[in-house]
Amino acid sequence: MQGFILSKKNQITLISAILIATGFVSIFAFSNEDVFNLAFITASILGLLPIAIQAYQALRVKVVSIDVLVTVAVIGAFLIKNYEESAIVTFLFLFGALLEQRTLNKTRSAIRELTEMAPEKALKQMPGGEYEEIDVDDVEEGDILLVKTGAKIPVDGLVLTGEGYVNEASITGESVPVNKKKDSKVFAGTILENGTLQILAERVGEDTTFGKIIELVEEAQDSKSAAERFIDRFSRYYTPAVLLLSILVWLLSRDIELAITILVLGCPGALVIGVPVSNVAGIGNGARKGVLLKGSEVIHAFSKVDTMVFDKTGTLTIGNPEVAEIEVYADNAGEVFAYLASIENESDHPLARAVLEYIGDVDFYTVENTHVVKGSGIVAYVKGHRVAVGNLALMEREKVHLSEKARSDILRFEEKGNSLVLTAVDGELKILMGIRDRIRPGVKKDLQRLKKLGVKNLVVLSGDNQGTVDTVASELGLTEAHGNMLPEGKAAYIKELQSRGRVVAFVGDGVNDSPSIALADIGIAMGGGTDVAIETSDLVLMNSDFSRLPHALGLAKATVKNMRQNIFIAVGVVLFLMVSVFFSEWMNMSIGMLVHEASILVVILNGMRLLSYRLR
Amino acid sequence: MQKATIQLETLTCPSCLQKIDKAVKALEGVDKESVEVLFNSSKVKVNYDEEKTSIEEIEKAITALGYEVLKSRVKAL
Repeated sequence: MQGFILSKKNQITLISAILIATGFVSIFAFSNEDVFNLAFITASILGLLPIAIQAYQALRVKVVSIDVLVTVAVIGAFLIKNYEESAIVTFLFLFGALLEQRTLNKTRSAIRELTEMAPEKALKQMPGGEYEEIDVDDVEEGDILLVKTGAKIPVDGLVLTGEGYVNEASITGESVPVNKKKDSKVFAGTILENGTLQILAERVGEDTTFGKIIELVEEAQDSKSAAERFIDRFSRYYTPAVLLLSILVWLLSRDIELAITILVLGCPGALVIGVPVSNVAGIGNGARKGVLLKGSEVIHAFSKVDTMVFDKTGTLTIGNPEVAEIEVYADNAGEVFAYLASIENESDHPLARAVLEYIGDVDFYTVENTHVVKGSGIVAYVKGHRVAVGNLALMEREKVHLSEKARSDILRFEEKGNSLVLTAVDGELKILMGIRDRIRPGVKKDLQRLKKLGVKNLVVLSGDNQGTVDTVASELGLTEAHGNMLPEGKAAYIKELQSRGRVVAFVGDGVNDSPSIALADIGIAMGGGTDVAIETSDLVLMNSDFSRLPHALGLAKATVKNMRQNIFIAVGVVLFLMVSVFFSEWMNMSIGMLVHEASILVVILNGMRLLSYRLR
Repeated sequence: MQKATIQLETLTCPSCLQKIDKAVKALEGVDKESVEVLFNSSKVKVNYDEEKTSIEEIEKAITALGYEVLKSRVKAL
């Protein structure tokens, strides 16, 4: 019976509204007081039923909830025969709850969309070789699964056979289809746009990358900051206190009307709901845009950051060295490039890869008598020519003559922070290449945005030599640059900044920088959805997208501001109502309930604004 | 010990949390420390001793308060 009444709350609200309307029509249009009273008494009793049931259940577990306050107030109004008040208050309370549910669902929608991307079914290969659809919860590691076009990949795993294009937006935030073939890794929650894949399940359920992201976001939306825990404790004593106050007022003034009005006005609604609503909307906005914020505490700390420390390689730069400058001294350049490519093709040195990428497609010659000079380069024979590829030390060893122009070129390249690769054929310098790690496109603009958002100090720390680091710093307009730093050194430097009273965020790739990420007030990992990044940091930028950092900071600030606004609205409304009830003539239960429900809607709607927050 | 994650209908009033929290903790065999009622995701997380109580008992305690249970997942700890 109780369950039936509660499940029909919406219908009760509607009938209640019709009854109230009927009552008003009959009294104003026909001056019929009997119908008026009958309608309002019915509406009161009907409307009170679900509220009273909830109140009773609350009291059974020894909680004085809002339902209890409203129930007592409505019964009080009923006793003094104020049916109009009792009917309107119950209706407003029910209707308000309905609207709250609707709007709350909206604020939570961003995160729900994410969790709904989780796979539900999988096609598992049975012992007979045929495939059968099973629930994704029943998939175990080592199972062989079939994924067809349009389906979600159910687990993290390895492609055994087949080929196809996968949209990995749920993991990386980037909706460009990625080609997958035998031995490619695939991730749960991503969508196979075309092709068919047979995959081996390596990680299932909550252990998958997507599972971890969901868990993180779900926990984040309900995590509480110190201020929120305070509000929680406060509200635990607040409702019983309101009940006590009203009883006290009644005993002293013998004015039931006033006592029950206090009960309604004292409901804490907007205060307890305001902060969680901002939180969920802010985190939801981030999740949609590839910024994972680990909870309310993180948002608060991040909004106060005044110093950002960056790792260089892989964070400010792409982490993939490229040929940035080149000087050619040979007439037969094409031929020399072919020699160079043929030699580099046999090396797996990172600089060799950069050189090959630069030269592009050529026909390789046979390379003979290859001799690797440790720390210097390679000497080998191609088509009978002695070719030396390496640094200055190798050129000296090979007694290569360097012209005046070559010397000044070398100096210029070094100043720009390049690593040098020289190519000499038969003792003569032919090609000089300057190789360096390119700065991520757009980083400069992003850093300026961060400055505009109030980050005063932008610091780069790197294991590279000071010259390279200085070049990057001056190019990007950073305030401090320190080279030759080991991971421990970086961590120590962050500690020093903190001891100077700075609030420090550290941005790194999340793999070798974990001490710094853990130590900083806010650790930010540029993770392409890697586990380490997700676990160690406070904030994850999906797909290593640096440009999301200013959005993240702006969002954190907007969310904190939104929470403050909501607390201000909530406290303001309660104060306003309490003052009005004692010092004004017009305040009564119905108006109180109306203002109260309206304030709840206002804070929810205010929170909802965060869903569409965009950095200007 | 079993770990249960119970998905409820959308929770709208924060005082619901308090009710659910107390009702679940009142059950025998429930690890009181582990009870977590999540407002925004409308979930209850709880560890319990399967010899003293069951997921059905816990669900019943929540439904008795008037909150619909949509789905529960139980995993052995």
